[in-house]
Amino acid sequence: MIKHLIDLFDSLLGAIGGHVLEIIEGMGQFAFLIRSTVQWLLRARVEWGQVLRQMLFIGAQSMPVTTMTTFFTGMVLALQSGSSSKHFFNEPLFIGTVVSFSMVMELSPVMTSLVVSGRAGAAIAAELGTMKVTEQVDALYTLGTNPIRYLVIPRVLAFLFVLPVLIVVSDFSGVLGGWVVANAKFRISPNVYWHDIVDNMEIKHFFHGFLKTFVFAFIISFISCYKGISTRGGAQGVGKSTTEAVVYSMVCVLVTDYFVTAILVALGIT
Amino acid sequence: MIEAQGVKKSFGKHHILRGVDLIVETGETLVIIGGSGCGKSTFLKSVIGLIRPQEGSITVDGVDITRLSDEASIAQYRKNFGYLFQEGALFDSLTVWENVIFGLRYLADDIPSSRYRKIAKEKLALVGLKDVEDFMPSELSGGMKKRVALARAIAAEPSYILYDEPTTGLDPIMSDVISDLILDLQKKLKVTSIAVTHDMKSAYKIASRIAMLHEGRVLGVAHPEVIRVSTNPYIRQFVDGLSQGPIQMKLKDYEPEPEPR
Repeated sequence: MIKHLIDLFDSLLGAIGGHVLEIIEGMGQFAFLIRSTVQWLLRARVEWGQVLRQMLFIGAQSMPVTTMTTFFTGMVLALQSGSSSKHFFNEPLFIGTVVSFSMVMELSPVMTSLVVSGRAGAAIAAELGTMKVTEQVDALYTLGTNPIRYLVIPRVLAFLFVLPVLIVVSDFSGVLGGWVVANAKFRISPNVYWHDIVDNMEIKHFFHGFLKTFVFAFIISFISCYKGISTRGGAQGVGKSTTEAVVYSMVCVLVTDYFVTAILVALGIT
Repeated sequence: MIEAQGVKKSFGKHHILRGVDLIVETGETLVIIGGSGCGKSTFLKSVIGLIRPQEGSITVDGVDITRLSDEASIAQYRKNFGYLFQEGALFDSLTVWENVIFGLRYLADDIPSSRYRKIAKEKLALVGLKDVEDFMPSELSGGMKKRVALARAIAAEPSYILYDEPTTGLDPIMSDVISDLILDLQKKLKVTSIAVTHDMKSAYKIASRIAMLHEGRVLGVAHPEVIRVSTNPYIRQFVDGLSQGPIQMKLKDYEPEPEPR
């Protein structure tokens, strides 16, 4: 009986240890990918054609989805804040302020990043994963280039260039969505709505949200590329990598958001 | 000349190469035969530096790839090689001609990009393809993909060509076409080649010499005609394709993908 328990404990410890080692190894490889990317960025010519192609895919093709998402989020915010203030103060107050602050500082960066990680991040992981299992990644080595130079750098740069733009567009679309509801549902004049925003919002509030986008772009692009080029095991492996890329990107964006916000608050950018 | 000495490679507990010694003379085509999982592809990938052996050396024109560690010198070493992947490994997002000239941008800096399309056309003609430049790889048959991949492998005019299962997955006629092409390229380009294959018909046709790999070691190297009449029971069983004999095929073969370097 005791021997059986010891064996069980032993195998449990072994399984946990193996899992921990796997996580540490993964983190090491992820850090190695970031290091190699920086080295190749400094060493070799950037594939600007690839960067543009990726910018089009990540940016232009994601814009309808991200714009619609934040437009409706702005509408919901206006409806909730207007209804609440009407309930407590008998009139809808500061809808513009609530919508703009929430959108610009928090919701637009986070929601846009989540949508883009689900759309472009998943596609990148699937594409690179398929390239890996069909030996296209090895082919890059044999043809004188490198997957980091040809695949990773263009995608990371495209994310860094495009996500901030998407998020600025989302800021406007969210505020616009809020205005539609404020005007149609609560009969608030455009003047009052815009004054609510302009009177209370400063440029630093915009930067609070804008600066986060670079961190999110970094996270999504590297996780998607890492998951893609570390794919193993055929179609099932590609599916696994794609799912993990989306899940890890989303969780990391949400977790990092808190810490970045804390840093920005500490720096007075709030 | 390619000279491999005592090449050993393991993946975890699985010993794939247990000390491979092989010499490929300049201008010859060495065909490596052997069962699945015996380490043929691992050896081929070690030669081009996609896999780093744990022991031994692989020297090509005086440069030992196992000693190279920085990306630049490995890339320089690889400039001498063309590599034909088992499934072609054509880039899905690029057209046929873009695939063919892909390596030129990195391997041959002195060629102006205005000449790329013409070069692609020439290389495609060398492998018997015409008017397919603007096709996407998904629009090609298996045999055409292999030929495009072959055109891509020879585009930068390498001194060495490595073929990983060049006829696998093709019908017998197309297999013979590919074998003829390899022979033809050999004559025209005077390259040194290593081909890994299960296909004995193709092996006899293209080989200058044949090496048999079994359980990570070279069982023997000989002229195709010597292999054809060999009395070695291992070689006999393999070339005759018999299930009974000294080679016991494992039910589950193990030859994992190379780790990134």
